[in-house]
Amino acid sequence: MSAKLHAQGTAALPDIDALRAQFPILHQQVNGKPLVYLDNAASAQRPDCVIDAISQYYRRDHANVHRGVHTLSDRATQIFEQARETAARFINAGSSREIVWTRGTTEAINLVAQSYARPKLTTDDEILITWMEHHANIVPWQILAQQTGAHLRVVPVSDAGELDMEAFETMIGERTRLVAVGHVSNSLGTINPVADIVRLAHAYDVPVLIDGAQAVPHLEVDVQALGCDFYAFSGHKVFGPTGIGVLWARERLLEAMPPWHGGGEMIRTVSFQGSTWNELPFKFEAGTPHIAGAVGLGVALEWFMNQDRVALARHEAQLLAECTDCIESLPGLRIVGTAVDKVSVVAFVADDIHAHDLGTILDHEGVAIRTGHHCTMPLMERFAVPATARASMAFYNTSAEIVRLHAALERAIKLFRA
Amino acid sequence: MVELEMLYREVVLEHNRRPRNFRRLAAPCGCTEGINALCGDRLRVCVRLEGEQIIEAAFEGSGCAISMASASMMTEAVTGSTRQQARAMVAALGLLLATGESHTLPDQLCALAAVKAFPSRVKCAVLAWEALRAALAGEHLAITTEDELQYTD
Repeated sequence: MSAKLHAQGTAALPDIDALRAQFPILHQQVNGKPLVYLDNAASAQRPDCVIDAISQYYRRDHANVHRGVHTLSDRATQIFEQARETAARFINAGSSREIVWTRGTTEAINLVAQSYARPKLTTDDEILITWMEHHANIVPWQILAQQTGAHLRVVPVSDAGELDMEAFETMIGERTRLVAVGHVSNSLGTINPVADIVRLAHAYDVPVLIDGAQAVPHLEVDVQALGCDFYAFSGHKVFGPTGIGVLWARERLLEAMPPWHGGGEMIRTVSFQGSTWNELPFKFEAGTPHIAGAVGLGVALEWFMNQDRVALARHEAQLLAECTDCIESLPGLRIVGTAVDKVSVVAFVADDIHAHDLGTILDHEGVAIRTGHHCTMPLMERFAVPATARASMAFYNTSAEIVRLHAALERAIKLFRA
Repeated sequence: MVELEMLYREVVLEHNRRPRNFRRLAAPCGCTEGINALCGDRLRVCVRLEGEQIIEAAFEGSGCAISMASASMMTEAVTGSTRQQARAMVAALGLLLATGESHTLPDQLCALAAVKAFPSRVKCAVLAWEALRAALAGEHLAITTEDELQYTD
C-alpha cells in the first residue's frame, strides 16, 4: 500500500530548514521537547510575512472598506481588493468578481445551500454527497433537505477509503440537483477524482460543489481545468489566518443567486419600499468583512505561489511514504485510509490503545497529532472505529520528525504493553 | 515524564485491559449512557439496587484507557454502598479531579488523581461517574460530559 508519488522526478528537494525558519511557531519546546507539529490538516501554521502583514495592516492601513473618501479607507480597500485578486489567481478563477469572502469553507457551503440550492429544490430532488465528507459538507445539506423535503444521497466508500465511482454513476441521475464532494478527505487523505465527477455530473446538467479545504495546501488547484461550479476553501489550512475563506462560483451562477445575508455593503439602495443589491461579489458580503483576515490570506497565498510547488509536493510525498512505513512497522497499528492517491495525511488505530491515549502520550513527547472523529462521524462508523489518530504533514515537516513520531509511538506501545 | 507514568499507572492499565463488571446487567434498576461526543467514548452504566443499597453496578461500551479504567474502578467501589454513599463518591471524585483532594475516597480510586494534570482528559475520567449519578437519579437520557461540541477540523 505504498502511496503514489504526485511529483515524480529527481530534482533537488526544497531547503526545508530555510522554509521552517519562516514559521516562528515551529521553534518551541512542548513538554520539554522540541515541538513536532503533525496536525496540519486541522490547522496549518503561518509564516512571518503573514503575521507581519496583519500587524502592519492594523498599525498603518486600517479603516472600513468601500465606504470612506479618506486616505486610509482608500488604502484599506485597495489592499483588501488586491487580496481578492490574489485569491482569484491562486485557483485560476476567471475573475475576482467570482471570489466571495466567507468565514471559511463551512460558511461557503452554507451559502451555496441556502442561496443557490434552497430556492430550486422540491420533494422530488436529490443532493448527492459522499460517505467521506466532513460534517461541514453534510450538515448544511441535511438542513436544506429538512427545509425543502429534498433527499440526501450518499456515495459509499471502499475499504481502502476510495469513492465507489460505479455507485456514483448509478446514483447520479435526472433527480440530482447538486453534487457536493470533498476534493481531499480530511480523515483519510484520499484525493478524489473530482474532474471525473464533474464530467459525469455535467452530463446530467448537474452542478458540482467541491470542498477544497484539504486540497489547497497540497495540490495546485485550477477551477477552470476542474470544470466545477463552486469551490470552497479556508484560509487557516493554507497558511493564512482563521476566520477567512473563499467561495468561488461561476459568475453566471452568482448573478442568478439571491443574497443570503442582508445588511450593509451588500446593498445598492435601501428604502422601505424595497432594496436593491450590490454587484458581485459584494452582494454576498453583508457587513464589515474580515479585512485583516483577507489581507493576511492574500499574503499567504502570494507567498505559497512563490514557492517551488512541485518541489514541496515531492517533499510531502516523501513524508507520506515515510509516515506510512513508520505506522506499518509498528506492531498492532493499522492505517485507516490506504487509497492509491493520497495527500500527506496518515490516520491510524492501535488494537489495544485508544486514539486519545496515543494523543496524550505523543503530546508528552512534544508530538502534536489529532485524535478523535475528525468531524467525520459517518466515516468512523463506516470503518467501525470510534476514533483514529491522525498525523498530517505540511511541507515544513521533516524526516527527522517522522522518526520522532516513531519513537513516541514506541513509547506508547511500551507503556501499554509492558 | 513522571506525570505520564502517574496517569498510566499499572493499576489503571490493568483495569483498562481487564475491566471489572464489564457486562450487561440482567435486571437493572437504572441505566444511563454517557457520551463524549468529541472523543467518541460511549459507556452505558447500569445499577441494580435492593432498597437503597447498590447490589450490582456494571458497564458496557468503549472508550480510552482513562474512561474504561475509571468506570471499572467505579463499579467495584460503589457495589455494596447505598445510593447516598454512591452520590457522595461521585461528588468526591469530582473534587479529586478538580483539586487533588481525596480524603473521603477509597484508596483504590486515588490512582485517578493523576488525571488532574491532564485537563483535556478530565472528562474521560468523569464520564462513567456522571452516568452513574444520572442512573441513580432515574435519568435515562444519555448524558454528556462536554459543555460544548467542537465542529472544527
